[in-house]
Amino acid sequence: MGWLSAFFSWLGEFFGSPENWSGPGGIPMRLLEHLEFSALALVLAALIAVPLGLVIGHTGRGEVIVVVSANLARALPTLGLLVMFVLLLGAASIWPVIIPLVLLSVPPILVNTYEGIKGVDPELRDAAYGMGLRGGQVLLRVLVPVALPLILLGCRLSAIQVVATTTVAAYTGLGGLGRYVIDGFATKDYASVVGGSVLIVLFALVVQILFTLAQRVTVSPGVSQRLKVR
Amino acid sequence: MITFDAVTKRYPDGTVAVDRLSLEAPTGEITVLVGPSGCGKTTSLRMINRMIDASEGRILLDGEPVQGIDPPTLRRGIGYVIQQAGLFPHRKIVDNIATVPYLLGWDKKKARVRAMELLERVGLDPALAGRYPFQLSGGQQQRVGVARALAADPPVLLMDEPFSAVDPIVRTSLQDELLRLQAELNKTIVFVTHDIDEAIKLGDRVAVLRVGGTLAQVADPKTLLSEPADDFVREFLGHDRGIRRLQFVSTEGLRLRTDLTVEEGAERGTSESWQLVVDAEGRPLGWASGARPGELEPYGTFVPGRDSMRSALDAALLSPSGCAVAVDEQGKVVGVATREALDQALAEAADG
Amino acid sequence: MGDGPPSIWEWIARNWDTGRVDSIRNLLTDHLTMSLVPIMLALVVALPLGLACVRWRWLYQPTSGFMNVVYALPSLPVFMLLISVTGLSQTTVIIPLTFYGMAVLIPAVVDGLGSVPDHVRQSAVAMGFTPLRRLLQVELPIAVPVVLAGLRVVAVSSISLVSVGALIGQGGLGGLFTRAYQNPFMPPVIVGIVLIVALALVADGLLVLAQRLLTPWVRVRKGQGS
Repeated sequence: MGWLSAFFSWLGEFFGSPENWSGPGGIPMRLLEHLEFSALALVLAALIAVPLGLVIGHTGRGEVIVVVSANLARALPTLGLLVMFVLLLGAASIWPVIIPLVLLSVPPILVNTYEGIKGVDPELRDAAYGMGLRGGQVLLRVLVPVALPLILLGCRLSAIQVVATTTVAAYTGLGGLGRYVIDGFATKDYASVVGGSVLIVLFALVVQILFTLAQRVTVSPGVSQRLKVR
Repeated sequence: MITFDAVTKRYPDGTVAVDRLSLEAPTGEITVLVGPSGCGKTTSLRMINRMIDASEGRILLDGEPVQGIDPPTLRRGIGYVIQQAGLFPHRKIVDNIATVPYLLGWDKKKARVRAMELLERVGLDPALAGRYPFQLSGGQQQRVGVARALAADPPVLLMDEPFSAVDPIVRTSLQDELLRLQAELNKTIVFVTHDIDEAIKLGDRVAVLRVGGTLAQVADPKTLLSEPADDFVREFLGHDRGIRRLQFVSTEGLRLRTDLTVEEGAERGTSESWQLVVDAEGRPLGWASGARPGELEPYGTFVPGRDSMRSALDAALLSPSGCAVAVDEQGKVVGVATREALDQALAEAADG
Repeated sequence: MGDGPPSIWEWIARNWDTGRVDSIRNLLTDHLTMSLVPIMLALVVALPLGLACVRWRWLYQPTSGFMNVVYALPSLPVFMLLISVTGLSQTTVIIPLTFYGMAVLIPAVVDGLGSVPDHVRQSAVAMGFTPLRRLLQVELPIAVPVVLAGLRVVAVSSISLVSVGALIGQGGLGGLFTRAYQNPFMPPVIVGIVLIVALALVADGLLVLAQRLLTPWVRVRKGQGS
């Protein structure tokens, strides 16, 4: 169990060292960067994917886009895409890295939004039109609330993915918690590697928990059926 | 009144769902569209509120062609009830019922008051208002579906097999409830079903459609049963048409004898082979016959005027005496319909 | 070579089989090993675990909860943390990929068995199938499409995820990406991406084929429907 004690001594070294808590390379700054890049990519991805998924699911047009993007996103190697964009566009700004992050985060949201809207019981859609709701009202007042669990699931999967990809993107020069891991590995500073890894894992778990809570709050209890049948 | 004027629905692939249908659904009556699957009954219904648009012909709503009305506006003025109720799962019952009033821009408070009123009107506990659809039984959801359709008090109600997904006992109670509501509200209702018994029970007029979307016959239920237009209608009506038709024959004029009842413990006459023994309040206890002194045989009752000839005949068949006991609403005996009296009434019914 | 950078085809020819560990051929072999082993392992572990979750319902909640957490862990830090246990070896990549695969496959097995219509199960019981025979001859075959759908997701994502291992020197074709970044040069990136996507497509295609062979009735039903 030698590795376990080494693990804890590295952790102690990383979190115990005062210079890791201040300045541009300090934990608070890196954490903020990681949050900033991940959130930026996720918001941009959602801005593209949610409306697109709503429209495709509602109209049934362009379903090919959904299928192709879902398969492509899974098959495309993250690291390869990052390196390709940086080689193509240079590393002058964060955008050559943010663009692939966004591209990889679009499909989970797109697929789940589309599936959510498409999967709504046709009877319900029928009833909504029959009551005299217009197309947009049917979408926003009926389909979206009913599909919300899946839409949020897509956002959660994307968030998980984007946190992981932001870490990998440190290799191509992006800031964030991945820096500790990448730089530590390059300089054989294992305290940084282990400490950074633990921070990223915790960060990912917090994101997961936050999204699960968001789902609790925003989904109607009538849809999640969390109330007891009385 | 809803008028179908030579309406045809043809799909792009060439299938004809409805073929030159001409039909009237009079104001304040229940018109039932009935037929096997593929007869275009649902398509016809959905053309009224433009969920489907007719290919040819016109559908008039009180003389105005529906094709000229913006569909959402048209639909807000027509109640629509479908099979699985189609309640919005994310909204509470009260808000489900208030859907159309909200759409019409009613004040929220007023819409909710109206919703609560309707909840009671369709026979539901007001305590259900705050629940979500999944917390209700199928029958309750269907009642909410009817309440939702009535919320903005539309003059017309379209019902697309609304009761076919619930069990028979619940279905019967929903049917009775609809008839009771209709007696109060006098809506113009078009009701689609594949169940001929439901059609006959609910319809003021029944339109039988055949596969291919043509009208086979439209008539009131009694006429339909006694004079089916052709073999298709006859077959679709099924067995026991004669017996079933009796449910539309009144027992109003049935001749009743009052000299066959005897109070319990009193001296029994011997001139008649059967006598009805009643208790001190005049309620029936059973038939007594000379052949088996001391024994009381089973009896059957009907309420003259309210119940049909079918009930009276049924009551007669339940007893070895062959006579039906006529009682009032409180269950007190008012007389006895003998075989001779029933015979005579049946003969009159057969003549039309 | 004074006549400019080599074309992509020249580059491939020159690096295909150099005899060194980082020849494209060797990277391809490594890549296959590191992606196929976790796919197999995940399937072998997920099947009995999924069955157990169906048999003992109370197991499913904690198992799926745990797998949800596992799935949320980013691969790079997990690789890094494992290095102290398993060293800079292929095992360090294989173990996390196996767990990611299980996170997808266990729910797939449970859902697949859940997709067996109750009347089918009941009639198998009524005909006198023993529980084991019922499982093998009735329930598992019906569950195959759902399980295979999960396996397709696992196969494609494992194949692409292996490349992250390049950051700890164990990434199969991912090694082409790090090489291209350190010595800025596009052809290795293109070759790496194309090969990885091609591998993923082949694996996906083979699984689709497997599904057709294993469940001919699904295709027949679809054909009739359309």
